[in-house]
Amino acid sequence: MEKHDFREVLQRSPFFPRADALSQVKVWSPWNGYQTARIYDTLASEYFAIRSSCSVFDMTPMGKYRITGPDAIRFLTRLVTRDISKLKPGRVTYVVWCNDEGQVLDDGTIFHLGDDGYRLCAQHNQLDWLLISALGMDVTIEEETHEVAALSVQGPTSYSVLEAAGIDGLQELKPFDIVNTFLDGFDVMVSRTGFTGDLGYELWVDPNDALALWDAIFGVKARGLYDVRPIGLEALEMVRIEAGFIVPGDDFNTAETAVRADRSRSPFELGLGWVVNFDKPYFTGKRALLEEHARPIKRRLVKLSTEGNKPPHDSFLYDGKNGQRIGTIKTAIWSPILKSNLAMAEVEYIKGKRPAEIWAQIYYQKELEWKVVWERCEISGKPFWNPPRRNATPPEPF
Amino acid sequence: MTRSGSAIIIGAGHNGLVCATYLAKAGYAVQILEAREVVGGGASTREFAEGFRVSGLAHVLHPLNPKIVKELGLGAKGAKPGTAIDTISLDRDGRHLTLSTDSVSGAGLSDADAQAYSAFKREFRRYAKALEPMTMNKPPRLKDMDNTDKLTLAKLGWKLRFGLGKISMREFLRVGGSNIYDVLNEFFEDQRLKGAIAADAVIGHHMGPRTPTSVLTYLQRLRGELYGAEILPSGGMGEVANILAGVAERAGVKIRTEAPVQRIVVTDHKATGVQLQSGESIEADIVISNADAKATFLHLVGTEYLDAMFAHRVHKTRTEGTVAKLHFALKDLPRIEGLSEAQLGQRLLVAPDMRYVEHAFNHAKYGRYSDAPVLEITIPSLADTSLAPAGQHVMSVSASFAPYSLKEGWDKSTGDFADKVVALIADYAPGFAAQIIAREILTPVDIEREYKVTGGHWHHGEMSIGQSFMMRPVHGAAQYDTPIEGLFLCGAAAHPGGGITGIPGHNAAKRILAMKAGR
Repeated sequence: MEKHDFREVLQRSPFFPRADALSQVKVWSPWNGYQTARIYDTLASEYFAIRSSCSVFDMTPMGKYRITGPDAIRFLTRLVTRDISKLKPGRVTYVVWCNDEGQVLDDGTIFHLGDDGYRLCAQHNQLDWLLISALGMDVTIEEETHEVAALSVQGPTSYSVLEAAGIDGLQELKPFDIVNTFLDGFDVMVSRTGFTGDLGYELWVDPNDALALWDAIFGVKARGLYDVRPIGLEALEMVRIEAGFIVPGDDFNTAETAVRADRSRSPFELGLGWVVNFDKPYFTGKRALLEEHARPIKRRLVKLSTEGNKPPHDSFLYDGKNGQRIGTIKTAIWSPILKSNLAMAEVEYIKGKRPAEIWAQIYYQKELEWKVVWERCEISGKPFWNPPRRNATPPEPF
Repeated sequence: MTRSGSAIIIGAGHNGLVCATYLAKAGYAVQILEAREVVGGGASTREFAEGFRVSGLAHVLHPLNPKIVKELGLGAKGAKPGTAIDTISLDRDGRHLTLSTDSVSGAGLSDADAQAYSAFKREFRRYAKALEPMTMNKPPRLKDMDNTDKLTLAKLGWKLRFGLGKISMREFLRVGGSNIYDVLNEFFEDQRLKGAIAADAVIGHHMGPRTPTSVLTYLQRLRGELYGAEILPSGGMGEVANILAGVAERAGVKIRTEAPVQRIVVTDHKATGVQLQSGESIEADIVISNADAKATFLHLVGTEYLDAMFAHRVHKTRTEGTVAKLHFALKDLPRIEGLSEAQLGQRLLVAPDMRYVEHAFNHAKYGRYSDAPVLEITIPSLADTSLAPAGQHVMSVSASFAPYSLKEGWDKSTGDFADKVVALIADYAPGFAAQIIAREILTPVDIEREYKVTGGHWHHGEMSIGQSFMMRPVHGAAQYDTPIEGLFLCGAAAHPGGGITGIPGHNAAKRILAMKAGR
């Protein structure tokens, strides 16, 4: 791939020529130094592509790091809170990592690439922290963000689309599996992973093969077989809330960016206690997390649904209508498929217990006039959206 | 006596010995493991040529803190382990200056400067004294202070405000973080005098007189003067260690030499013992490291047992030594014009003016050794004839600056630098080169290897303000206890730092006993 021209504020992904051609509205956002589409034509059509047909998202800007060397597993064990010693070659797992105080720096996924080591993916740049964590370890850490182009192909017809595009070997691929395959003579790595909570795949190729991959996938649409649509960050934001995935920086302050002492969050506070394993060897933040775990939890990031038809954007939360303030909404959407208002919210716990009642005070505009309404909220323990097809192997063909 | 528990101390340097004795007296079963064949670490005597012995690393000291002398029962010999000496700043024209603790004399020195020197020393010793509450206690944490910390800060505040008084306190606050170059220019005219004091402020540090906070390093040095003038130890510095080892053993401490520790064993986030290089494992309730912070955490413990940022902080501490040690076996006594034999037995400095010292440091900044180094010279065989064969002498020289990371590497340059030092001494002592029977040079790289001190740094790490007090060696391990439960620091890497003081060892023992008592 050509080196990025420093005069350009944002770099362009190898898919950019196709993305640009399909962009009707030219709305872009910076993500990890790349010019990334927020929206291609309309939010509704992109959203429904994910939930009802097949969507394609350019995830090249995702931070990607290759970890190799004799101490790779020791390094990762020390880095993340989860026990990854059992991660098998050809498998992917979700992880978080913390600073010394047990506060979350970022979350991401680790791919076990067999003899090629491990790939760590994170939304934000983590190279600095990885290098700091590598002290005293015989391990090599290389950033490969710009050396690997990636597309996320998600939706109920994604399997059928990829098969029609000529990508083999997906039939037996279980969630979090990786397969290395070929398409028209070039290597494609496919993982059954995604950020939509639905059936979907992520495809990883050499940047030189990026356009060929894109063309193969969109060729399925050109041949009149299935609809395939590019989607931007805004549609992704909707589906990830439905799927209950958190976004560092939006749903919580990462420890690296938190300035005030109480603004960072621990995995327990984010509802990620399930990825913290105290039985494994030492990892950064373990001592602090053990201490925290012995005390009642102070607050939790929760999945919240609210009644009524107004999404609770930026709302305060109360323990009753006109009661005590006990939290805030972090991100919220109206879910078209579930016909419900969904949110990520931070709620204060009292003596380790969630409040019995949660009410949101919702401000909204009607023809530029502000109104306020109170709605009852409910915490959801499970993802709002989790259809059986997400995990079905082999996937349902269409 | 009831047993409080068992303790292993890694390293029989003087701080390890002090810490061990305190703990043994408090009922601990203490075992010291020393890698070298002798005790003392940087405070040991070495025979570098047949019949010629010399203090291997540190060669002069101030009297130990009286509290430590008394509590450990070091006796008269421990209180004054040698001959009190003055400093003589050498001059090429024979107009040498003699600096005592309170007065200075020499040809061509003005009365004004002589008087200013007395006033300066009086005033700056008061500053050093005002910092004493910080010295003999664990450095207070600024967050989550305990009562000891509050008391330390209260005492410090009291000493600064009422001990010094308003005017001196204001002056102290003005110069405390400043550089010695500017301060000395305010006090004195005489270049020789300023050069000598400036050298004292920076020797052993990666600093020149113009480096900010070189006043603080000078005050750290003056702290020793609170207990008396500098001493040239009889029998070399190893005798000081032997005195300390003697009281340690009498208190029940077991000392094992030639027992290098391979690693500190950590089980469930707690130090539970050590493993020797021989493979032998020894368990203990607590492990106390007299080694520097990098050796302790990054090598003996290992980063996989530590939080990443803590390990990173340790890794980033500045620990590159800047002083080379040279030893000369001499056929006869060198002759320096204008110096009597008695005067040759003092501490001799080659630091003719501040520009000279600054210039010597400039080389170190760029990875070179000084073209014209600052020298600190002693001829200990004058006071103690047992150190050399009859009629012959040993000379011990600390030469600054000789940076650990030399651009062209020390392998090729050691001899050249030694030749440079010989030539420089010969400028003052004609015929010096011909008097040499044998010579030895220990660059910081050699010091690192021989004395197991990372970077070969005298003080187990720079004593700049960023690595002092509650940030020594790094925050998170600045109160002698460490993130690893049951692991403590007791050496120069801990507050208040290097020098033959025993204070880190004393403070560490105090801290361990207080924690044990739940305080």
